[in-house]
Order: sequence, then structure tokens, then C-alpha cells
Amino acid sequence: MDENATTAELVTSEAPERSWLWYKWHDIKNHGSLYLFMLPFLLIFTTFTILPVLISVYYSFTNFNVLEPAQYCGWENYIRLFLSDDLFITAVKNTFVFAVYTGPASYLLCLIFAWLINELTPKFRAFLTLMFYAPALANMTVIWKIIFSSDQYGLVNGFLMENQIISSPIQFFADVNYIVPTVIFVLLWSSLGTSFLTFIAGLQNVDRSLYEAASIDGIKNRWQELWYVTLPYMRPQLLFSAVISIAGAFNIGDAITVLCGYPSVDYVAHTIMHHLQDYGGTRLEMGYACAIATILFIIMISLNKIIQKLISKVGE
Amino acid sequence: MAKRGKRLNRSTGGTVAVLLFLILVACFMVTPMIFAIGNSLKPMDELFKFPPTLWPTNYTLDNFRNLFVLMSSSWVPMTRYLFNTLFITIAGTIGHILVVSMCAYPLSKYRFPLSGFINKIIELSLMFTAAVTGIPSYLIMSKLGWMDTYWALIIPTMGSAFGMYLMRQFMSQIPDSLLESARIDGANQWQIFWKIVMPQVKSAWLTLMIFQVQGLWNLGSTTYVFKEQLKTLPYALQQITAGGIARQGVASAVAVVMMLVPITIFIFCQSNIIETMATSGMKE
Repeated sequence: MDENATTAELVTSEAPERSWLWYKWHDIKNHGSLYLFMLPFLLIFTTFTILPVLISVYYSFTNFNVLEPAQYCGWENYIRLFLSDDLFITAVKNTFVFAVYTGPASYLLCLIFAWLINELTPKFRAFLTLMFYAPALANMTVIWKIIFSSDQYGLVNGFLMENQIISSPIQFFADVNYIVPTVIFVLLWSSLGTSFLTFIAGLQNVDRSLYEAASIDGIKNRWQELWYVTLPYMRPQLLFSAVISIAGAFNIGDAITVLCGYPSVDYVAHTIMHHLQDYGGTRLEMGYACAIATILFIIMISLNKIIQKLISKVGE
Repeated sequence: MAKRGKRLNRSTGGTVAVLLFLILVACFMVTPMIFAIGNSLKPMDELFKFPPTLWPTNYTLDNFRNLFVLMSSSWVPMTRYLFNTLFITIAGTIGHILVVSMCAYPLSKYRFPLSGFINKIIELSLMFTAAVTGIPSYLIMSKLGWMDTYWALIIPTMGSAFGMYLMRQFMSQIPDSLLESARIDGANQWQIFWKIVMPQVKSAWLTLMIFQVQGLWNLGSTTYVFKEQLKTLPYALQQITAGGIARQGVASAVAVVMMLVPITIFIFCQSNIIETMATSGMKE
């Protein structure tokens, strides 16, 4: 039997009075070698992506400290998180502040810059793509520590002091008034990553004849063309990038630790990710840490659903 | 018909303004990197000059030389860290590409029981990156007895949903007739996969390669490895540059060394990467 024969073909070519289960089984058997192809990936993927999510949900209802067996405790962890852990509420607030800036803002920056770069000639386009993508590629967060260094030898402080704008250096990563804006600035700088490349690629594939048709239909300038022609055509890329942006926006913990250290002054840059690492890695309160992780999963999945709704409205 | 080089719905003034704006922003984007390169070439007295400068007046390779000296005086020989990072990067990248392509082939080209379900799960889990699943992964890793082994660093990254998704999207463009004719010639599934499909998706390999190398090359300290003999190069370099303000020049030299690898790969593969990302779109 041919490998990719469908159930429908089997139905027409063989005796018709067999049961549904029999066809299903044969369908599976006929594709046996294909399941073998998938086996290695699915094993790894299940063990290190699916299983962790399930384990998180399971342990979030227990008291578990790795050394003793887990004990069921109902909603205790969640109640403690929301009612008596002030730092968690701070972490949620901070995460959303960072996520709002690095998620939507970087998404829009990616789209705008990709769109502008797309207008150029191929050689120039390739060159500018490299320049814009390089910060995301090079993992250079640490260099900003030197640029924003808290003494007069830091590039920014040195410049401001030389021009007599300030008289003493600003503690960019230690002064509570400056930490959040400075971190957001650095995160945005390195955020033209995967989404940016996706948009560059998507824009190159837009059917050129659509623009001619649009021009005849009365589209006057590049802004109208973007909203009514380009973006609706690129919806699949918009959705993919949105998913990647959500993942990125919640993944900023490490970069923040590089810049501000851990814990940050007055916990102003404390995110859910830091809270998770604190309880899971340092205090070994695994049940509690898993409750934090579960909430993170729920937030991500809900955001994903909301964004799917929003993107279906593009170009209307 | 519009002339070559000029697009419809565009004003010339706007195009010039856009070009100037882009060049300005591009300069801003690369300034920190120029600064890092400049710093790595500065002699000590210029590193601590007021006002600070972007580029040195006297070049020196002292920082790189110091880095080398500091490296050779480390507790575990530096070559060991370098070997670890090279091994993890190479094995993780090749393994990832192979494992992912093998799984993407059936999922993109055939429909069979569970194929739709697996595709959906992969799309949903694109968001669940290693950082989010870190704590439960730690529990799994200790159950498997993979603590303090290379496996703990290599295997999880091989099964990333992100690479899988990109490969599947790219493979689904291969015309079915190509596979059909190979089947008529008597090729089995493995031969079709290895001889027909794999050469067709070279662009996707290179794309997965850059993403994978970017992650593994920069892999610093993790919660899975405690033995000094298994620690990676970025970890060792971090330790060196953590040695106080006097090591600022060395820190910049490290940043320059670390960024060279991914940027070089990207320059050579850029057109392939763009080709792959063009297929990455997600159906609603």
C-alpha cells in the first residue's frame, strides 16, 4: 500500500464493511516509518517542553522542596501568591511594564524599520538589515554597563558632565528613577531580532501587482498602501512575530540581571522570571515556584489568543 | 508603468527623508559595538580619560594580550572551556538540524493520525522557551541523572519548537511531484528524505544553524552543570571580566571575540535566512 494513501482511498479500494477503528489502525500502520522519523524529536520535545508544563501544573498544588516527597495542599500556593506575597505583585507589575514596552513597542519598531528598509535596493537592504539585526545577534548587553557606567568615565555620564548638563554622574542602574527607563532602552536596542527578519522576508514576498492594482483603486501614499495592501497580505507573518514577541517580552530576566544585578535596587526591576528563579533555584520551594510558572503559562496563552483576535482586524 | 527603481505611491522627498532617517538610526544601532571594538583597542590610560572617547588615538593589542595571559592562568586550562563551548555548539547544532528535519518531513508532507494535533501543539509551545520551563526541567534533569553532563546542555536545545516550526514551514513548499517521482523510481522513505528533501531545504538548515549557534555559543553558567571541567567559554570569560574595573579593556576584548562568530555566520547566510523566514507565517 502506498505510504500516503488516505483513509478515504482505503475505503473505496477495500471491503467496505470494516469498522472505523480498523481503518484508523491501518492508517497508522501504513505510516509506520513516518512515526519513526518523528520519534527522536517528539521524545526530546515532550520531555523538555511538554512535560515541564504538565509538571508545573501538578506541583503547583503541592508543597515540594525536592528532598521530601510532595504533599498535596490545594490552592494554598496560589492564595499565598496573590494575597500575601507583595513581592510577587510587584514582579507581575514590573513584568507587565517591561512587556508592554519591549513587546508591542519592539514589534512596531521591527515592522516600521523592516518596511522602510524594504524600499531600498537589494545591496543596501542587505547591509542595513545586518546593521539593525547586529545588536540582537551579538548579545552585547554587557557593553551598555560600560556606556552607562556610574562614574565620569562612562560614555553617557562623561558626555553629560563635559557639556555641563549634570554636575555629578547619574547612577543609571542603581537610582530607582533611572533603572526602568534605562533597562527598557537597552532592551529595545537589542530587540530587532527574529520578528525583524520575519518582516523583512515577508515584505519581500508581497505580490507587486497588488500595489499596481491598489494605485488604480485610489491608494495615494505609502501609509495607505501599508495599511490596506501590505499588512493584510502579511497577516501570517504578523501572527508568527507576535508569538515570538510575547515569548521575548517575558524572557527578559537574564538581560535585566546582567544590567542591574540581582536583586535590583528596591526590586524596581524584579520580574516574574526573577521571582521564579528565586523560589525555584535559591529557596527550593518547588511547589511555590511551579505555581509561579503556571501563572506565567496562563498569561502567555491568553495573550496569544488576544493577539490572534487583534491581528484578524488588520486592514479593516 | 513605473520606471525601474521608482515604486508606485511614493514621493521623492519622502524617499530621501526615509533614507536619511534609516542611516541615522543604523549608526545609533552599531555605536555600542564600535565603542566595544574601540575600547578593546585602547591602552589603559585612554580607558580612563575624561571626557571618554568612542575610538582610541593610540591603538594597542594589550587588552587581547592580557585576556590571553589571564586565560592561561585559569584554574582549569582555558582550552577546556573552549573545547566545551565548541563541542556543545557543534553537536547541538548538527543534532538539532537532523532531529528537526526528520520530524518536519512527515509533518509537512503527509497527513496521518495525530499529525494535525502535533502541529498544533508545536505552534502553541513556540512561546514556552527554556527560561520559562527552567524549574521543572531541572527536576526532570535530576531524575534522568543528567546533572553534570554534556547531555543536559545539548539535548534540550535539540528539541526546540522554534526550529521545528521554521523547518516545517519551509519544507511544505517542496512540490509533491518531486517526492512522487522519487517514489515511482523505487526510493524508500529514508532515501526520499535524505536525497531529495534535505538538499532542497539547505536555506532552512543555515537558518536553524544561526539561531542555534547564537544560543549555544553564548551559553554561560547554567543550573545543570557544577563541575568546573564542564563549564563553558562565556562563563569563564565572565569570571575574568568580573575581576574589577581594571579589567574593563579586557571585558571589551571579550565582547568583541564573542560577537565575531555569530555576526560572521550571519553575513554569509543572510540571503538564505531571509528566504527561510519568508515561509514562517502562521495561519490564523
